[in-house]
Amino acid sequence: MGFRYLPMTESDKLEMLDVIGIDSTDELFSDIPEEIRFKGELNVKPAKNEYELMKELTAMSNKNVNLKDYTSYLGAGVYDHYIPSVVDHVISRSEFYTAYTPYQPEISQGELQAIFEFQTMIAELTGQPIANSSMYDGATALGEAVNLTAAHTKRKKVLVSNAIHPESRGVVKTYATGQHVEVVEIDHKDGLTDLEALERELDDDVAGVVIQYPNFFGQVEPLAKVRELLNSNKKAMMVVSSNPLALGYLTPPGEFGADIVVGDTQVFGIPAQFGGPHCGYFATTKKLMRKIPGRLVGQTTDEDGVRGFVLTLQAREQHIRRDKATSNICSNQALNALASSVAMSSIGKHGLKKMAKLNMKKARYAKQQFAEIGIPVLFDQPFFNEFVIQLNKTVSEVNEALLTKGIVGGYDLGRDYPELENCMLVAVTEIRSKEEIDQLIKEVRDING
Amino acid sequence: MAKNEFPLIFERSKKERTSYSLPDLDVPDIDLDAEFETPYVRKTAPELPEVSELEIMRHYTGLSNRNYGVDSGFYPLGSCTMKYNPKINEDVARLPGFTHIHPYQDPKTVQGALEMMYDLQTSLKEITGMHEVSLQSAAGAQGEWAALMMIRAFHEANGEHHRTKVIVPDSAHGTNPASAAVAGFDAITVKSNEDGLVDIEDLKRVVDENTAALMLTNPNTLGLFEKEIMEMAEIVHGVGGKLYYDGANLNAIMGYTRPGDMGFDAVHLNLHKTFTGPHGGGGPGSGPIGVSEELAPFLPKPLIVKENDEYKLEHDRPQSIGRIKAYYGNFGINLRAYTYIRTMGAEGLKKVSEYAVLNANYMMRRLEQIYDLPYKQHCMHEFVLSGKKQKKLGVRTLDIAKRLLDFNYHPPTIYFPLIVEEGMMIEPTETESKETLDGFIDAMINIAKEAEEDPEIVQEAPHHTIVKRMDETTAARKPILRYTREDNS
Repeated sequence: MGFRYLPMTESDKLEMLDVIGIDSTDELFSDIPEEIRFKGELNVKPAKNEYELMKELTAMSNKNVNLKDYTSYLGAGVYDHYIPSVVDHVISRSEFYTAYTPYQPEISQGELQAIFEFQTMIAELTGQPIANSSMYDGATALGEAVNLTAAHTKRKKVLVSNAIHPESRGVVKTYATGQHVEVVEIDHKDGLTDLEALERELDDDVAGVVIQYPNFFGQVEPLAKVRELLNSNKKAMMVVSSNPLALGYLTPPGEFGADIVVGDTQVFGIPAQFGGPHCGYFATTKKLMRKIPGRLVGQTTDEDGVRGFVLTLQAREQHIRRDKATSNICSNQALNALASSVAMSSIGKHGLKKMAKLNMKKARYAKQQFAEIGIPVLFDQPFFNEFVIQLNKTVSEVNEALLTKGIVGGYDLGRDYPELENCMLVAVTEIRSKEEIDQLIKEVRDING
Repeated sequence: MAKNEFPLIFERSKKERTSYSLPDLDVPDIDLDAEFETPYVRKTAPELPEVSELEIMRHYTGLSNRNYGVDSGFYPLGSCTMKYNPKINEDVARLPGFTHIHPYQDPKTVQGALEMMYDLQTSLKEITGMHEVSLQSAAGAQGEWAALMMIRAFHEANGEHHRTKVIVPDSAHGTNPASAAVAGFDAITVKSNEDGLVDIEDLKRVVDENTAALMLTNPNTLGLFEKEIMEMAEIVHGVGGKLYYDGANLNAIMGYTRPGDMGFDAVHLNLHKTFTGPHGGGGPGSGPIGVSEELAPFLPKPLIVKENDEYKLEHDRPQSIGRIKAYYGNFGINLRAYTYIRTMGAEGLKKVSEYAVLNANYMMRRLEQIYDLPYKQHCMHEFVLSGKKQKKLGVRTLDIAKRLLDFNYHPPTIYFPLIVEEGMMIEPTETESKETLDGFIDAMINIAKEAEEDPEIVQEAPHHTIVKRMDETTAARKPILRYTREDNS
């Protein structure tokens, strides 16, 4: 069988063996000791031609319920938003997706400039002076942020609100374990971080306080009050995880004096794709510029004075003090950062606010309709595009029934919060129509009894 | 704006220009501001661009023209395995049933996705010879760190908290010691011998009862197979340490030997290298980890399991190191790797390694006529030249790399591994034709000749790129990391 990715011909092979001065390629593998040579053939599925493989994998994909055929109210960190058509056209340009990290600036100005623009957009959104070129995802960005607070303050304890995404909290714990940092969880009270509990725990060992804004329940945490608490403990740092779309409407964490703002730009131009790849962002203050994990692109000029861009502040990376590193990130999510940049350019300054408000207004309509049919809505705080309803049945029962009506229901909060059994986190984005929302209300009423 | 400068998207911006197309507000309008206390309503809109749709396409098309990928030309960047990125992979990753699925859907509604992941886990187990594989880690460096966290958890579960040392060869990838440090270990260096392999005597000297693990790339970063691997495994296992395999160089050995058979306890793979997930301009990657039976209980959560023909996400893993990333790894990249493995099959994967190694040896034998080759034995998928002959003429390896740009090649990895003076690490991969290799070799010969006859042309390179060498010193001393509008409008 021929392999279309392998251009080697028999005559090429003979000529090359001749130059090397050997008779067979086997001689090139002679350093592998006999006892560890792999005998026989790897037991993987047989190769398929392009057409048949596409057919098989299409059939495999069709076993999945997809959000284009169904109407989804599932959020909890991953959202179904409008993706401008331009996004996929740009990221499909192979000059971008078949390149690697722009180590050679003379032939990588395109990628470097695109990253510089991404850094600018994230800084603008979060209200922070600077941002890096991306992280794996929002959860790992938070893990890195926590370790940075410990390294910067030389303290070994962080306070993490439990109204933060459960998976982000899980990642924070694993990252913190590596650096011997203690994680103390602060309970929520009525859907917001319990600030009294936070105040009690805020002692001189605390490196950082970590809040999500809007939080996992969609509620908007009062960052001004968190800031006030931290004013009594000046060394402890304020870390905020934020849905960047919400910052089209909400005051950015930077204006509340956040030291580090992280999150995920999946909301901008990146499809759910079963949870990854998405794109973490990391924004911070100038003070922490030389400690920020990941890559940074900076503006400079070439020998002729022409403006251009380079990877910069590499000395912080593992290249130099590699055994003293506080982060080991190398590859990031560059192509997804590009997708988000294109989406942010397309949505634009005015579209962003409009899109954020559409989410909020549609979510409020849904919330009000639930209340009208007598389904309790928990946590009556200002919120973004997610809210919590309490059902008479288990969330999985309700969701199973909704699925038969072409609806993917919300997130089962009982998975992570025992006190919220039968509670569903409902996400309503700008793409849900009134008609769809009305159908959801009707179906949930019928199912819930 | 000077010639060759390209405007920023912000500089194309003009008030009131838009390119969004959002759904209408079809629910009753309300006053949102009334709900919030004043400090929480944003006063100043973020300065996102105000451009039309065509301007967006012109902008990013222009940027793509100022970028170089594998589809643009030869990219022999050692250790990065810049092979061809198959187009069917991209098509598969864009099937709606894979693109538009939510990680929190009921597993019953995503059986196709879980089947793919389970199948990929199974294939990677076979290719690496490991007992169990997790697809969770987002990139190679994260895989390294996660595997070290597992090794740490394993030792701690045995009450061996004193194992704080991780041994790393002096030729290792820079991420190895960094990952060790981030996982809470002290990185200890073991020297290479004159053949470019781990010095066994030095290994015996640094290994002791405090050793948690040895991290090893095999073939190593010089492209040489560590043929004393069995003895090294015995030394490390002898004191109760574990062996960790950095899979960055797996492209050399598929179907020839397996890390599991060499005695490794944990491995990470770079699916964006060996298995054609595109590099994306720096990511996203995917760095699955494979482990021995002994380490399997410590794998990150969740794992994909199959019970009675149904695929499930197994979260209940009490000894797991926990979560290392949200959701289930970089699914979209894993899907591309899966498509590649299904395109190649066992025979194809073995040919990949055969030809990757043949291409590298061919280039090495031709180039050693001109450039210094510090290690003379056959190489595997890559090799390292030294530019020290040319350095004597005043031409540095950096200059050679920059001159290659004028011939429309991406240069090799340079000044790495650190143990080679003026190093050039060349990895051709199996997807390049002999004609391409010959063209590059000719350019290298040409540059060596220039270094002798007209060194300035090399020292001042590149001459034909859109920008010249960048002032990196000023970039680092006075960092400008974002655009700021100059006027106050």
